[in-house]
Amino acid sequence: MLNFVGAARKADEEAGRTDGSGERRTPLYGEHEALGARMVDFHGWRMPLDYGSIVAEHRAVRSAAGLFDVSHMGEIEVRGSGAGAFLDHLLTNRIGNLAPGRARYSPMTAPDGGTIDDLMVYRLDEGRYLLVVNAARREADWAWVKAQAGGWTAVDVEDVGDETAEMALQGPRAAAVLDRLSAGAASALGRFRCRTAEVAGRTVLLARTGYTGEDGFEIYCRPDDAVALWRAVLAEGRGEGVVPAGLGARDSLRLEAALPLYGQELGPDVSPLAAGLGRFVDLDKDFVGRDALQRERDAGLPRRVVGLRLVERAVPRTGYRVLDPAGHEVGRVTSGGISPTLGAAVALALVAAEVSEVGARLAVEVRGRPVGAEVVPTPFYRREAERSDASHGSAVHEGA
Amino acid sequence: MHPTDRRYTKEHEWIRPEGEEAVVGITDYAQNQLGDVVFVELPAVGRELRRGEAFGVVESVKSVADLYAPVGGTVVAVNEALASAPEAVNRSPYEEGWMIRIRPSAPGELEELMDGAAYERHVQAEAGA
Repeated sequence: MLNFVGAARKADEEAGRTDGSGERRTPLYGEHEALGARMVDFHGWRMPLDYGSIVAEHRAVRSAAGLFDVSHMGEIEVRGSGAGAFLDHLLTNRIGNLAPGRARYSPMTAPDGGTIDDLMVYRLDEGRYLLVVNAARREADWAWVKAQAGGWTAVDVEDVGDETAEMALQGPRAAAVLDRLSAGAASALGRFRCRTAEVAGRTVLLARTGYTGEDGFEIYCRPDDAVALWRAVLAEGRGEGVVPAGLGARDSLRLEAALPLYGQELGPDVSPLAAGLGRFVDLDKDFVGRDALQRERDAGLPRRVVGLRLVERAVPRTGYRVLDPAGHEVGRVTSGGISPTLGAAVALALVAAEVSEVGARLAVEVRGRPVGAEVVPTPFYRREAERSDASHGSAVHEGA
Repeated sequence: MHPTDRRYTKEHEWIRPEGEEAVVGITDYAQNQLGDVVFVELPAVGRELRRGEAFGVVESVKSVADLYAPVGGTVVAVNEALASAPEAVNRSPYEEGWMIRIRPSAPGELEELMDGAAYERHVQAEAGA
């Protein structure tokens, strides 16, 4: 038992998740402490891992709702009459035709087609967009966006991360709870829509987006308003099972929904095509990385991210080897765990294209022992409303 | 705070004597540090363990930890229920979440382990470190 605390810390360091420098705190840090959260370093941020039980918080999000502090995410505003055209150049997905009040997910690639980050774009009004980027990529993204915008007239970019707090209320009860705090604004908002709204007397950007595979909302607010909003949402939802939820549940929820995490399924050497995000890459427009991605698609992808389901209970972890029936390494696990909803071990893995078809029999090497695994369709979990909606051929991607 | 009917290791296992045999598990402090336990790997019945030998693995959502034998001996039973309900380790670390039953080869080894009060000091020192 000796090594448990050290083991987790060591894994984080090896994966580059901590940088050893001073920690940053969100405006909700005091709330987490008061709630008895287990705090961890996440890319230099001191964040709640859980408030007692990752699995309990995971289940609460699937059955009621969970409130997440995601203020560590980065925010960049892009303004001006050329903003839409600039974002079409910067991002793989088409943004120019995004209407005000709408949100869209997109990868952002380098000229070589490698992924710089994946992010959400909110079109706030005619000439104003908000990009929400991963905490781990805030500095790199800002440097990249600023440099790219340099050659554009009629485009202003601004890092507004430090002036923006964010929390996410995710789960089937989210709309009802937020409706009571927003005079019905929440349920009137369609999926992937955003608007300015009054929530608990505070002016916020309310968006019906998330990263859990559930219906839910992301709430962007002034840092000074974060504590009051956090308390109001928890108080309003307590009677119907709404709980605070940490990064542990956020990770297991997004894994069940097969949503990629930058640094695991995506990275500088993994293109959005390899990650299975081809539907968010519009090769019919010009953008940074387009030619490389076109070549990659034409040549055939050598590797793909697939879903695996293990035949027995064992815990597949990031970096574990994926083997073919002959015992040869054909890839690596990018994310994995025991799915609380399915009660089975599942993983996302980057594997050779030849073994990436659904039904392929592989194995994951768990602490030296090969455990049988099958390539299965993703997502591993689809919420009721999506399961019954035949128009959803694939996962609604909520990303970033 | 810690049950007084058993002994403890620095690695946070407990061992409770029962006649010629003894039951082994992990402490409440250990399960709390680990968080939600999702998998427990236990040895085959009949295996001979040396004192301090790794005999199994406990995995939580976020971490992996080895289990070490508090004393040498022969494994006479393992908690089969943990295969399908590993969360018993969190819910009831001292009873329902037991891991192995062992027949100690040198009963004197047990006396060298910490009692509840000494273990409490050990936890305090570790938590404060």
